[in-house]
Amino acid sequence: MTKKMDLKDKLVSSFMAFENSVDIDAPVHDVRSEAIKSFEAKGFPSKRDEEWKYTSLNTILKHDYSVFPKQEEALDYKDIKKYFIHDIDTYKIVFIDGKYSSHLSQTTHDSIDVCLMSSALSKPKYQLIIENYFNKAATKESLASLNTAFSQEGAYIHIPKNKIVEKPIQIIHFSTGNESALLLQPRNLIVVDENSHVQIIERHQSLTENPVLTNSVTEIFANKRAIVDYYKIQNDKQSASLIDNTFIKQKRESHVSVHTFSFGGKLTRNNLNFYQEGERIDSTLKGVTIIGDKQHVDHNTLVHHIEPNCESHQDYKGIFSDRSTGVFNGKVLVDKIAQKTNAFQANNNILLSNKASINTKPQLEIFADDVKCSHGCTIGQLDESTMFYMRSRGIPEKEAKALLMFAFSNNVLNSVKIPEIKQRITKIIATKLGVKIGFDL
Amino acid sequence: MLKINDLHASVEGKAILRGINFEVNPGEVHAIMGPNGSGKSTLASVIAGKEEYEVVKGEILLEGEDIEELAAEERAHKGVFLSFQYPVEIPGVSVTNFIKTAINETRKAKGLNDMPAKEMLKLIREKSELLEIDRKFLSRSLNEGFSGGEKKRNEIFQMAMLEPKLAILDETDSGLDIDALRIVANGVNKLKSKDNAVIVITHYQRLLDYIVPDFVHVLYNGRIVKSGTKELAHELEEKGYDWIKEEVNA
Repeated sequence: MTKKMDLKDKLVSSFMAFENSVDIDAPVHDVRSEAIKSFEAKGFPSKRDEEWKYTSLNTILKHDYSVFPKQEEALDYKDIKKYFIHDIDTYKIVFIDGKYSSHLSQTTHDSIDVCLMSSALSKPKYQLIIENYFNKAATKESLASLNTAFSQEGAYIHIPKNKIVEKPIQIIHFSTGNESALLLQPRNLIVVDENSHVQIIERHQSLTENPVLTNSVTEIFANKRAIVDYYKIQNDKQSASLIDNTFIKQKRESHVSVHTFSFGGKLTRNNLNFYQEGERIDSTLKGVTIIGDKQHVDHNTLVHHIEPNCESHQDYKGIFSDRSTGVFNGKVLVDKIAQKTNAFQANNNILLSNKASINTKPQLEIFADDVKCSHGCTIGQLDESTMFYMRSRGIPEKEAKALLMFAFSNNVLNSVKIPEIKQRITKIIATKLGVKIGFDL
Repeated sequence: MLKINDLHASVEGKAILRGINFEVNPGEVHAIMGPNGSGKSTLASVIAGKEEYEVVKGEILLEGEDIEELAAEERAHKGVFLSFQYPVEIPGVSVTNFIKTAINETRKAKGLNDMPAKEMLKLIREKSELLEIDRKFLSRSLNEGFSGGEKKRNEIFQMAMLEPKLAILDETDSGLDIDALRIVANGVNKLKSKDNAVIVITHYQRLLDYIVPDFVHVLYNGRIVKSGTKELAHELEEKGYDWIKEEVNA
């Protein structure tokens, strides 16, 4: 029997204990039970699955992960302040080893709900929202099912109609290394009603070198004319891996953007799925990936154009050094009735080492005949003559490279609407490239 | 200022420069002319420090210091400037941002702090006026979509900003119409002083009507085969390069 079976078996057999630990009469009980069956039947994906051809979970599944963290750990804000966007006022939903940390969080029920999934699943006042939205966007794919089976904690955000939420909301997961290896399965539900606007920042941060695997599911529902801007900052330790499953359902005239900044972690898989269920919807998917060593980042995107007159914009930039590997698999599906769709997709990559690699695969399935769809992917290296040009003007090699990298990522950075996030990302990139920013962006 | 002794250089094992000797003193303008493939651009790149070229023999002395082992950026910090025949396009980096970075990196190498923003703006305004560069142009991506003339004007603008000791203009006249040529030459002339020097590399005499050289050298087959004053340039314009080739081959 392989080790991989061990984790699966462990999870399946832990399910009863988990169900016993939470309120078994909760309406989500059936959903969870269905989900564990689905996971049990499918197991973890392997390279035999077309969608996982270039990403192997083998090495990260071999650890003996704790599924239920034993004790709560307190963290001092001053020690972890740097992981927050702290120069602006924000709501915060903070978890330590999967458990809610009230002293680090700043939630609200004042006209909007920014709180916990565990409360939403158990309290009657949220029942209607849970019934209408919970697990209504997530697919039955095995990892999403695994998360659904153990869904209990995470962020719950409900913005009723006509609210512009002035403060961004930060969702941060810390892992303390209390367990020798930890599996986290946060579950987020975000419902944004008519005409409302919200900005969300998500981050996962391990504080030690102990292995952490996060299998997260986020469901986002953007109702009529809602605007949602979501930023994922992935700059974790190299002992931490993340499988991010995000499902977004949009209603007419809504605008949703997701920016994914992947700089850290051992293995990162982003399953980002958009479903356009109305007309004149705009979906934006952008990302910058800068990795090295043996890091691996896989962006697996889907935009399903279901109705006419909608747009989608995808722009992913990747810079790979050392032996790092990247995957971009972008699927655009245009239904027969989704006429006048504008769908754009770009994936540009720079390989800084002979041993780095990227597999990029655009997949366009278009059944409508009056659409504008474009895709382009490039893989290149840093141009020697450009480098010489810059150096001959007095810009040293490292700074010249950095300037080119920033220029390369600029399109994505420029569409970040929160200046503090842009600054933070810029700083992370500069640190990664080993330069002090002496130039403006 | 610059002294080149018996310089031999090759690229991918192919010898291109085969024993160059010449000296440039402060305040002088030297023109290097020669037929295509004679090694003019190679000489410019070797002085500027392009790594693809291997110096097999000889030395390049800048103010008495051998710069052959120095990286391109270190030579730039010491005051070497090369205006490229084909300036590269750098999408996403504005002209302003690029030149600011170049100036501040040069200052950093000299142990100076960044140039204060106000001073930088003033300098940019002053030098862009000299090259008749529109302000909108400065916020565009470097050389991206620039016309031939704009690219060359931008090169001389950068030269004006960096104030090099030794400026090498590699075929700066190619691709320029007469107005752009006049602006570029005027810029170079205004930057000339008794303390700096200019090497003009050109195929044609045309540019030398505007930037008048003190000395003219003819490069052929990787060697300087003839040196003279500006009259030599006129002679070449009239008679072409064949007589030089014949003289050398005889």
